[in-house]
Amino acid sequence: MVASTVKKLLRAGDWLATPLNAARYLETINPLWSDHGRGRVERLIQETPDTVTLVIRANGAWAGGEAGQYVQLGLDIDGVRYWRCYSLASPVQPGSREFSVTVNRLDGGRVSTYINDCLRAGDLVHLKATAGDFVLPAQRDDQKLLFISAGSGVTPVMGMLRQLIAERSGADVVMLHFSPDYAHCIFHDELRASNSEQRRIHLAVTREDARDGDLAGHFSADMLEQVCPDWRSRQAYVCGPSSLMSAVSELFLGAGLSSQLKQEAFVLKRAEVPEGAGGKVGFVVAGKQVDADGKTSLLEVAEGAGLTPEHGCRMGICCGCLATLKEGQVRDLNTGEVFGESGEKVRICVCAAAGDVSLEL
Amino acid sequence: MKQSKSRPLTREQVDQFGAELDALHTRVRDDLGQHDADYIRRVFAAVRYTEAAGRVLLYCWFLPPLWVLGVLLLGLSKILDNMELGHNVIHGQFDWMNDPYLRGRDWEWDIVATGDNWRETHNFRHHTYTNIKGMDDDIGYGLLRLFPEQRWRPFYLFQPLVAVIFALLFEWGVAIQDLRLGRYFKGKMAPGEMAAAFRPVGRKMRRQMIKDYLVFPLLGGPLFLPILAGNALANIMRSLWTYMIIFCGHFTADVDVFPKSVMNGESRGQWYLRQIRGSSNLRGGKLFHILTGNLSHQIEHHLFPTLPANRYGDIAPEVRAICRRYGVHYNTGSLWLQFGQVIWRILRYSFPSKPVPVNRVRLLAE
Ligand code: FES
Repeated sequence: MVASTVKKLLRAGDWLATPLNAARYLETINPLWSDHGRGRVERLIQETPDTVTLVIRANGAWAGGEAGQYVQLGLDIDGVRYWRCYSLASPVQPGSREFSVTVNRLDGGRVSTYINDCLRAGDLVHLKATAGDFVLPAQRDDQKLLFISAGSGVTPVMGMLRQLIAERSGADVVMLHFSPDYAHCIFHDELRASNSEQRRIHLAVTREDARDGDLAGHFSADMLEQVCPDWRSRQAYVCGPSSLMSAVSELFLGAGLSSQLKQEAFVLKRAEVPEGAGGKVGFVVAGKQVDADGKTSLLEVAEGAGLTPEHGCRMGICCGCLATLKEGQVRDLNTGEVFGESGEKVRICVCAAAGDVSLEL
Repeated sequence: MKQSKSRPLTREQVDQFGAELDALHTRVRDDLGQHDADYIRRVFAAVRYTEAAGRVLLYCWFLPPLWVLGVLLLGLSKILDNMELGHNVIHGQFDWMNDPYLRGRDWEWDIVATGDNWRETHNFRHHTYTNIKGMDDDIGYGLLRLFPEQRWRPFYLFQPLVAVIFALLFEWGVAIQDLRLGRYFKGKMAPGEMAAAFRPVGRKMRRQMIKDYLVFPLLGGPLFLPILAGNALANIMRSLWTYMIIFCGHFTADVDVFPKSVMNGESRGQWYLRQIRGSSNLRGGKLFHILTGNLSHQIEHHLFPTLPANRYGDIAPEVRAICRRYGVHYNTGSLWLQFGQVIWRILRYSFPSKPVPVNRVRLLAE
């Protein structure tokens, strides 16, 4: 009721605000009054020396999501907005619209480093809708579930576990979580405390001696048999580095149970591009892919492939040729700089492929 | 006949000259960051707050000084929106921020001209073909004769009057520039084509008119007319100011125009050279520069149209020093001096003059 009245008022206000809209004016006063997803960092919790949890309160424009899904988080770092996907590590609280994400510092990761070192309570973050089907089954009270995670792959799993606990679900849970050592075990205390008859949580360490009946070593079929003999009859979830993902999925494949396994890969590796090298250029709208060297502008590459992208000056000054980068990075032919974030608009007349790229053309 | 004030350079010199400017460009671009992002967001906020204040004050008709202040604030807001914010954002100067709100390609400003038309006529045609006769429509906007290289016609005798009307209605002139009505009247364009080209422009004009001349006045009830008048005055104020600044950028006494042939195999260095020789700067204080959208640094802007304008002032001394070393004339002066020269051109070239072959301009020493 209130929301729809506000919407109507804003729409009327658009006549006063043209060519912008009324929300842009409100947002000038308070960034959270935006008609785009925004959030305020309410609290930061240091989980391990290089992992921090952000408790974020979203504004009304953000559509919300389910624990285990990932949300795109946009942060302005030195004036530039970067977007990264992080799993919801908690359910979204209905009244307060609060949720948390947990961010592990990656080597050379600009955004994760910034979040760990520089972000403060009160800071603004940009939010896009959540996505992903790494979520609890809709009917779950009589279900048997199995969670397998390693490292920061625990975050979406933690989200689901917290949701089950919050709703006092009757689901029967076995969880198996790997960390290198206790100091780097994210959510260590909470996991220990959540261990119960109904939710049996097993911790494993790979680079330290195991304590108090914990497991030692990496994932294996034997280990799974040992902690969860009935794994074949469970809906399973796995999230972690690729070695764990492939070990688990091979096991399920071999047992003919692939359809019972949900997987969430979370580490995207950006390939190192050798100096000056080109790559494969994909044009997603046209549905074409061609090879390109590192010296030919993407505009010329596109034209060579029979496309006719819009353009103007062909020398980098008019921005008439901007195209959206889907994946990969490009090299500025004037400066040699290699850059590119997915979703960024690049001037294809002065940029060449730096490794494989795909463009929305 | 007046000779160009710049000395012709050898090909090697032009290349070196271009390399020095390239290096300057790269250095500034690598240095962009929080400071520049904060700056443009502050400008955005300033536009919005001055606009809100101006519009509110217009409702104080019963206290005339407040109403006058309202007109001035709203005019100021529109000038800022047009120049320091709109013009610069539309150039893509802040695209590196990856903020969809400040993306050049999507930006719309508070004038009757559409951002799309501007991207075509200004970003592309004017900035690529700067001061090339027959390519850069901004040379007289198809309405005025400002250079002896343009052929005289009797129509130009009315030019002083035409120039004044054009100044008052400048935002409308900009709005229809891309439609190239001249071609239409000469029958070079089908009516259907013209209608299609006009549709988005018409939509923008309609919305702007409804806002300034209908909705806000209606909100004033009995104050309908004072508010309408206030909005009209603010729009005219902005038109006059932008006209003056923009004309000073390329129509002062010492700028050069070029024949189409300069484009044949034009190197980066030659392109830079043409930009400098076709542009002129304005001297002034910090606030003045902001009000001109930093187009007072027209030379720097034409060299690096995609660099954030708040940096032009910092690099101007360096650009000037480079020019001095290569004997390239760096055209600058006070607003009154430069605008005086523009007026002189408008008056002088309304009368016939001895035709000048356009190719008198020599960029290279052969
Ligand atoms: S075509 Fe003008 S910037 Fe690319």
